[in-house]
Amino acid sequence: MLRFIRQRSLSSLISLIGLLVLVFFLSRLTGDPAALFLPVEASAELKQQFRELHGLNDPIMVQFGRYVGNVLTGDLGESLRKARPALDVVLEAFTWTLWLAVITMTLVAVAAIVVGALAAFRSGGFFDRFASTVSLVGASVPDFWVAIVAIVVFSVHLAWLPTSGTGSLAHWILPVAVLFVRPFGIIVQVVRGSMIGALSSAYVKTARAKGVKAGPIIFVHALRNAMLPVITVMGDQAASLLNGAVIVETIFGFPGVGKLMIDSILQRDFNVVLAAILVTALAIFLMNLLIDLAYALLDPRIRH
Amino acid sequence: MAEPLLDVRNLSVEFHTLAGIVPAVRNISYRLDRGETLAILGESGSGKSVSSSAIMNLVDMPPGRIASGEILLDGKDLLKMTPAERLEVNGRKIAMIFQDPLSHLNPVYTVGWQIREAMTAHGTPRGEAEAETLRLLGRVGIPEPERAMGKYPHEFSGGQRQRVMIAMALALRPDLLIADEPTTALDVTVQAEVLALLKELQRETGMAILIITHDLGVVAEIADRVVVMEKGVLVESGTVREIYHAPKHAYTRKLIAAAPGKGDMHPPLARREPLLTVRDVRKRYGAFEALKGVSFDLAAGETLAIVGESGSGKSTLARVLLRLDEPDSGVAEWKGRDLFTLSPAELFRLRRDLQMVFQDPTQSLNPRMTVYQLISEAWVIHPDILPKSKWRARVAELLAQVGLSAEHMSRYPHQFSGGQRQRIAIARALALEPKLIVCDEAVSALDVSVQAQVIALLDGLRRDLGISFIFIAHDLPVVRDFADQVMVMRRGEVVELGDVRQVFDAPREAYTQALLAASLDPDPEVQAAHRARRLEPA
Repeated sequence: MLRFIRQRSLSSLISLIGLLVLVFFLSRLTGDPAALFLPVEASAELKQQFRELHGLNDPIMVQFGRYVGNVLTGDLGESLRKARPALDVVLEAFTWTLWLAVITMTLVAVAAIVVGALAAFRSGGFFDRFASTVSLVGASVPDFWVAIVAIVVFSVHLAWLPTSGTGSLAHWILPVAVLFVRPFGIIVQVVRGSMIGALSSAYVKTARAKGVKAGPIIFVHALRNAMLPVITVMGDQAASLLNGAVIVETIFGFPGVGKLMIDSILQRDFNVVLAAILVTALAIFLMNLLIDLAYALLDPRIRH
Repeated sequence: MAEPLLDVRNLSVEFHTLAGIVPAVRNISYRLDRGETLAILGESGSGKSVSSSAIMNLVDMPPGRIASGEILLDGKDLLKMTPAERLEVNGRKIAMIFQDPLSHLNPVYTVGWQIREAMTAHGTPRGEAEAETLRLLGRVGIPEPERAMGKYPHEFSGGQRQRVMIAMALALRPDLLIADEPTTALDVTVQAEVLALLKELQRETGMAILIITHDLGVVAEIADRVVVMEKGVLVESGTVREIYHAPKHAYTRKLIAAAPGKGDMHPPLARREPLLTVRDVRKRYGAFEALKGVSFDLAAGETLAIVGESGSGKSTLARVLLRLDEPDSGVAEWKGRDLFTLSPAELFRLRRDLQMVFQDPTQSLNPRMTVYQLISEAWVIHPDILPKSKWRARVAELLAQVGLSAEHMSRYPHQFSGGQRQRIAIARALALEPKLIVCDEAVSALDVSVQAQVIALLDGLRRDLGISFIFIAHDLPVVRDFADQVMVMRRGEVVELGDVRQVFDAPREAYTQALLAASLDPDPEVQAAHRARRLEPA
């Protein structure tokens, strides 16, 4: 098991190094950084000054070495607008996003697995048709539309919930609920399909021949086998939440990393943008590692 | 007469499908006493498995429906029980083992857990179940039972997995064990061991066994009485001796006649110029040596049977000879050229001489191509063989040659039975007018009566067209009436190679003798003698 973790971490590390290279060269090769970082109307002297200050006249490999060194020591530069280290700005926003993602995905996972599994158990029945319709709608509706309708209904007309911002528990309800819809719809469908396969498998027949009750057959025998494709899709969905649910965060004025990225791009705060890319990428790498571990935990055949 | 343990009366099971109601089992009745072994003998589609699934309440309803009848266990009708009562029957009173133990064991739980569950599901305390699991694993002959409890199904061999299934089934000492083709997926020597284990356990516990099988040999080995089923109807029943020596129904007679290994063996061939000369072929996959130096000769119009159990390297050899896999070393001389050193272009030209027929025609025929497309595809790839205007006529001719007709041309593979599909696969191989056809377990998946027909077809093609065959099988009797030479393989090595009469009548090697002794004879008398001989040295 330890060997498995080591191998997986190693291959993740290689991808991370690749990402580092990509981010660096994206910021250097898309044009003169001085032109990118400084306002359009900046004078030639100012640009020259800027280049010297940031060592942009050194050979590119020297710059890259310096950049890697900085990244490894946690120095991602200053935010040009907030006059604080970019990493601090990003981590602060990322904490909000992480909470949002964790809460949403936990709710999604529990609800989708239970609904999908029960729909599969009596496939073709009333509950299955109901669940299939709901999940299809959930997977199809665009989140900005759901967000706006939710605000109109629950905040404007009913005035039950705040429209945007943070501060109280009530502020979390609408963003979580809106983000819940699509992953729930998609994952219910995957769970249902995978469970129908697992429930018609030979080992379930054996369990029935042993006299095992319906509950343990669904949630012990079939579910664990059916979870592998489900986990893959869950990882996908969780990754898109971690990336910053840009639209939903923006609509609800939620101070997460998605909103931060949009704001920083508009304000040409490139150090923050780069830091945000690195932090979310690292988070997604870590999550993929967790998913691989979950695979191995669920299926002994992968461990060997 | 005492009340029977199991009394099935007028049972009918039907399936409601889009195409209408399909009766799977029609009005069958049979009974089984305590301690007795009853075999249900039948081929695919006979309904033999459906009737036992009905006993276990494993028929999916819908689409299945029990249309009539009762299933009395100790005088109580299983079909009229409340769900709660019914739940207590499975596992406690009746247990079941299946054909393919790998797919019937849950891959993600340890075998210890799965055996324990058979007891805890019926209220046995965990500690007690744990101790009993250990005892059971030891009893069914799993080495190091303590360690085995923590292992997963994929870490065991096929025979061991079936032993695990047996341990699980017997955990609560059921009165009745239903065994659905329990040894079909196993090697011959392992099959004999598993059947022997079942008999031993039956003596110990006094349970009754209901064994479902297509194999007369299994019936002769283990059963007291037998019922024969055909297309959902019970056509005949009686003791094993009665049925074998005096079958009354035409279908039973046909089944017995089709059992392989009773016809005349081919006489030894005069030595001729070999068509294919194979010398010292070796192949390894990582640390595993699949072929450890295999050599043989094959003449035109000759059939070489390669027999071996799983892991013997027989299929690897076939793949290597056809260059579907590259050998590590060795020579295969074909008309003076070494097959193993041909360039891709030369190999392409040669492909048409060497064809292959696979085990499972359902998988080897593309389901979205018609029979005409499947067979004529060969000429798309090798356009010089036949001008397009003659394709239809030639396909019709080939279909006639394999016992099908021209009107089958526009149909798709799923519209045929297993035996017909294998005929299509053979017609496809013939399309290129090959000199050699390699058949990898080409009849193993077929019913006994169909098996006999396909083998007769292949033998006729050999005789009429002078095609050579390499015929790979895991079972000796299958090749007896068909082979000129027999090569017995084990763990990548040739154990014995000789003319068919020598190998069957005077096997030189102990392993060949063991294989012959382990393969089951449909004649209960012969089988009893085999059994006695097997037990002698012990």
